[in-house]
Amino acid sequence: MTDEAFTPGLTAGGGGAAALRATEYDNPVAGVFDDVEQVPGAAKPDPILVADGVVKTFGGLTAVDVAHLEIQRGAITALIGPNGAGKTTFFNLLTGFDRPDRGSVSLEGEDISRVAPHRLARRGMVRTFQLTKALSRMTVVDNMKLGATGQRGESIWRSLLGPLWSAQESEVGERAEELLDRFNMSHMADEFAGTLSGGQRKLIEMARALMTDPKLVMLDEPMAGVNPALTQSLLGHVKGLRAEGRSVIFVEHDMDVVRDISDWVVVMAEGQIIAEGTPDSIGKNQAVVDAYLGQHHDQDLSVESPAGGSSDEVGESDG
Amino acid sequence: MDWGFIFERVMTAAIGPEVIVFALAAIGLNVQFGYAGLLNFGQVGFMAAGAYGVGMAVYWLNISFWWGIGLGLVYATVLAMLLGVPTLRLRADYLAIVTIASSETIRLFVRWRGNSGRTGASEGIGEFARPFYDLNPFDNAARYQFGPFNFLGRDLWVVLVGWILVAIALLLVWQWMRSPWGRALKAIREDEDAARALGKNSYVYKLQALLIGGLIASVAGMLQVIQKAAVQPDTFNPVITFMIWTILILGGPGRVWSPVVGSMIYWSLIVFLENVLRQLPPGTRSTLESTIKLSDFNISQFRFILVGLGLILLARYRPQGIFGSREEMALDDR
Amino acid sequence: MVAQGQRDVSGERRIWDGSASRVRIARLMLGLLMSALAAVGVLAIAERAAASEGEQTIFGVISFTSEESNERVPIEGVEITVEGVGSVTTDGDGAFSIPVEPGEYTVSIDPATLPPGTSLRDLDRVELSALVEPGRDQRVLFAVVAGEEGFTDTSGGISLRRVAQLVANGLKDGLYLAMAAIGLSLIFGTTGLTNFAHAEMVTWGMLSTYFFNFYGLAGVIGFLAPLPGPFGDGVPVVFAVVFGAISGGVLGWLINRVLFKGARRAGVALLSQMLMTIGLSILMRYLMLYFFRGGPRQYLEYTAQRAVSIGPIQLTPKDMIAMALSVVILTGVGLYLQRTKMGKAMRAVSDNRELAESTGIDVERVISNVWVAGAALAATAGAFYGLTTVRWDFGFRILLLMFAAVVLGGLGTAYGAFMGALLVGLSISLSTLFIDAELKNMVALLVLVVVLLFRPQGLFGRPERIG
Repeated sequence: MTDEAFTPGLTAGGGGAAALRATEYDNPVAGVFDDVEQVPGAAKPDPILVADGVVKTFGGLTAVDVAHLEIQRGAITALIGPNGAGKTTFFNLLTGFDRPDRGSVSLEGEDISRVAPHRLARRGMVRTFQLTKALSRMTVVDNMKLGATGQRGESIWRSLLGPLWSAQESEVGERAEELLDRFNMSHMADEFAGTLSGGQRKLIEMARALMTDPKLVMLDEPMAGVNPALTQSLLGHVKGLRAEGRSVIFVEHDMDVVRDISDWVVVMAEGQIIAEGTPDSIGKNQAVVDAYLGQHHDQDLSVESPAGGSSDEVGESDG
Repeated sequence: MDWGFIFERVMTAAIGPEVIVFALAAIGLNVQFGYAGLLNFGQVGFMAAGAYGVGMAVYWLNISFWWGIGLGLVYATVLAMLLGVPTLRLRADYLAIVTIASSETIRLFVRWRGNSGRTGASEGIGEFARPFYDLNPFDNAARYQFGPFNFLGRDLWVVLVGWILVAIALLLVWQWMRSPWGRALKAIREDEDAARALGKNSYVYKLQALLIGGLIASVAGMLQVIQKAAVQPDTFNPVITFMIWTILILGGPGRVWSPVVGSMIYWSLIVFLENVLRQLPPGTRSTLESTIKLSDFNISQFRFILVGLGLILLARYRPQGIFGSREEMALDDR
Repeated sequence: MVAQGQRDVSGERRIWDGSASRVRIARLMLGLLMSALAAVGVLAIAERAAASEGEQTIFGVISFTSEESNERVPIEGVEITVEGVGSVTTDGDGAFSIPVEPGEYTVSIDPATLPPGTSLRDLDRVELSALVEPGRDQRVLFAVVAGEEGFTDTSGGISLRRVAQLVANGLKDGLYLAMAAIGLSLIFGTTGLTNFAHAEMVTWGMLSTYFFNFYGLAGVIGFLAPLPGPFGDGVPVVFAVVFGAISGGVLGWLINRVLFKGARRAGVALLSQMLMTIGLSILMRYLMLYFFRGGPRQYLEYTAQRAVSIGPIQLTPKDMIAMALSVVILTGVGLYLQRTKMGKAMRAVSDNRELAESTGIDVERVISNVWVAGAALAATAGAFYGLTTVRWDFGFRILLLMFAAVVLGGLGTAYGAFMGALLVGLSISLSTLFIDAELKNMVALLVLVVVLLFRPQGLFGRPERIG
């Protein structure tokens, strides 16, 4: 798909929502949310991830206090909220990078609140980071190969005997090349990841995450700092994940993006979930508007103003 | 000034026992820092572990010198666990703090008089390495000259065994670092959280790297005391660790060969400088004595002063080593 | 929003601009030192009149023959007292020396300070008399043997008196350590840099105090030597300490200015900066060895003072005064951090550098001041430690203790460093109730490891936030 993403000449000017090719992938979960009540903590037909009473405090300050949250399997769920709402902290708690003071998180019915992050990755839950973590002094293809789980050559003893892992290594290499191809990065394969642009780093991070063959992909601000053309390419890839049957949770600020690709939106403010609903309805929710206004946030809920623009008109978010 | 003599000294030193010992220790540090990004500031502690392993086996346990090699490796393993288990889950600085603290503590502990029956306290241990020299195919006491190299028979034996050990260590490191294990290790160096998110148990990898590096350094320590034929607590001065660091950064961390190259450059420079200073014409010498207080004692301090200066300049301007490319340096965003 | 932020910045800048804050910190330091100086000055002059310095010394080595190795083993930390002059403890080589004027003296050894497993050979030779003739140093011999058969060491156990004494000693070490460690913690807090060269600041303070004590401000520059003190001639320890502290501050400023400010600006990685501090530490340490040589030395005055009894505790007046001064200085530092604008800025930068920067604090100026203040405090600690012995590698010897203190208290906070230092000082001192004094510093490593295992953020630190 979108080969032109890397070709500067074909960059769609402005990056308006209209340019998105929403129809390229089918939506396997279309209609699933029709019967779901649009309130915080709403029960979903088939949740893959459930958080219950998750609380985290830092020096007396409650960063996260989520009573109940269910994430629907196979859908794209957006997690939004003003700055300092605790989205990233919540992400860290869900992915094992931080431990909650109280409460539990379960993945497909199994409690994972005490499970180390690397084990979660092996269980099919993978995440990316807000500040992209390209492994600078490794090549792009090495970045990709790293993502594969269950590599025999990753054991300290077996690694010494090449024949034990070389066959698997070439398999991993093939998969890496396929994915790079899909993400239009084949031509960069042997470059150091540190030489990539910000957007390319986001792409490689997502591609690398897919090497783990995850059931649930958690993207922390996948579009932050990415130019509009690449944003669309990234959006396409996210929808591609859903089409493959993977579940996606992502943190995002840009309401255009949220409205375009998400099936369900969860809004956090001051560590709590204040609203849940479909992307169309969420902008009309008074609690959401109040939260964004009350924070004097510098993010963009309105359709018209481009990202990063004046934020004094925040309250005019519509649906 | 006898330049021929100085040349012979420098050439001999460039492949001599000290280069080997420090190259081995730096290969260990390269695994830890160059590939895994671990700040081990107590490498000399691992050298001491190996050295006291062979020494104490003979002196304390009255068992064979050869068992002592095993004992040294066990000591190094225990040390790696003691240092790594509490710190490797935490930010990198903590390993640095604990290791720098440990190496001096180890030195004080082995020289404690309460340990005189086990470690020989401040006197140390002598007479333990005979079995090693019994295997020497060369005449221990004879001098051997080939080209500009000039070794005593016993040293030649140490040098021969030493370079074989260096070759083995380099081969191991090369194979490890081209394997998926090495790839995961490098990923942890670049960004630990990214590696964890991708299913790599960074804690275990870091412990393994600390252990491997420590074991290689303990072999370096064994070789050192075998060559000196004595285990002395004050050989394991904490500043040795930073000579090893200087050597590694000189050669460029994260490359297989750099410890050997760095060690050769470092020792050639030191030997050259010290020999020149010792052979200064009397006029120059007395001028330096009166202006900068040069003395025989002070000449032996020069190497440390150079290490300090070298580390500052290397870390500031060439953290990728003197052969490292500027490009690669620009990628270093740690 | 953005414009509003800009206005805030420029508004705040006005406060931070100009030299106001620099003047303020200089004034504060000067004030602190001056008040300290005035206090000690009075006492010192009286002291000097009372105890005139001797020409000769009473000296000796305390050691015993090890049963295992059949070799002489020196004993550190044994207290030797010359009646009417004062007491000293033996150094790492078991040696002691006490300057005296010619005359007849009673020299005694405190058997309680002998390590477990050793004792005096002759019970009645706890006190010896020594005749010191003009122009001849007098050696005294105390025969110590392994085993308990000689002197039954009653005070080797846990007695109230011993515990009280150890608490006092621990408090003393803790106070000095706190001064040494605060700068380490603040530099880490404001720049994220673990400064391994901070220990050398302590040594620097100690050696420069020694230098000023012997040579004055310019005594080594040949043609200035004939000038009177404080230029050509040595100054009393009291003033030398002040000069030492100031020289520490100057060095701190210089190091930041020459090495680390540029490195920060050039974006040198923190890790490389850390290696730079190690290089600096080694460079300084061996330059000091180069010029100072290896042997221990002592200031010109107060080398041997008679300890004064306060209840069960015995302390020398110099220690008491230095301890009192430490309390004054540490209180001053606390007030400074709590009350003054610059102090608050230091804490703000420590807490959250980006946030502090966005509120208009000139972070570079704060960092510079932290270096000056931290180094001056460390130098002062060094000068106080030097009242016992002056050594070229003293700072490195207590580096472990400094890190233990800072980690125990929680990296990055001054209060944490202070509490951590007191706890480390006390636990090390009290550990000698149970273990050999020679091994007491290992306790610090143990503390360090245990803290990192169970409470890595330190006793007073907050857990770190990820992401």
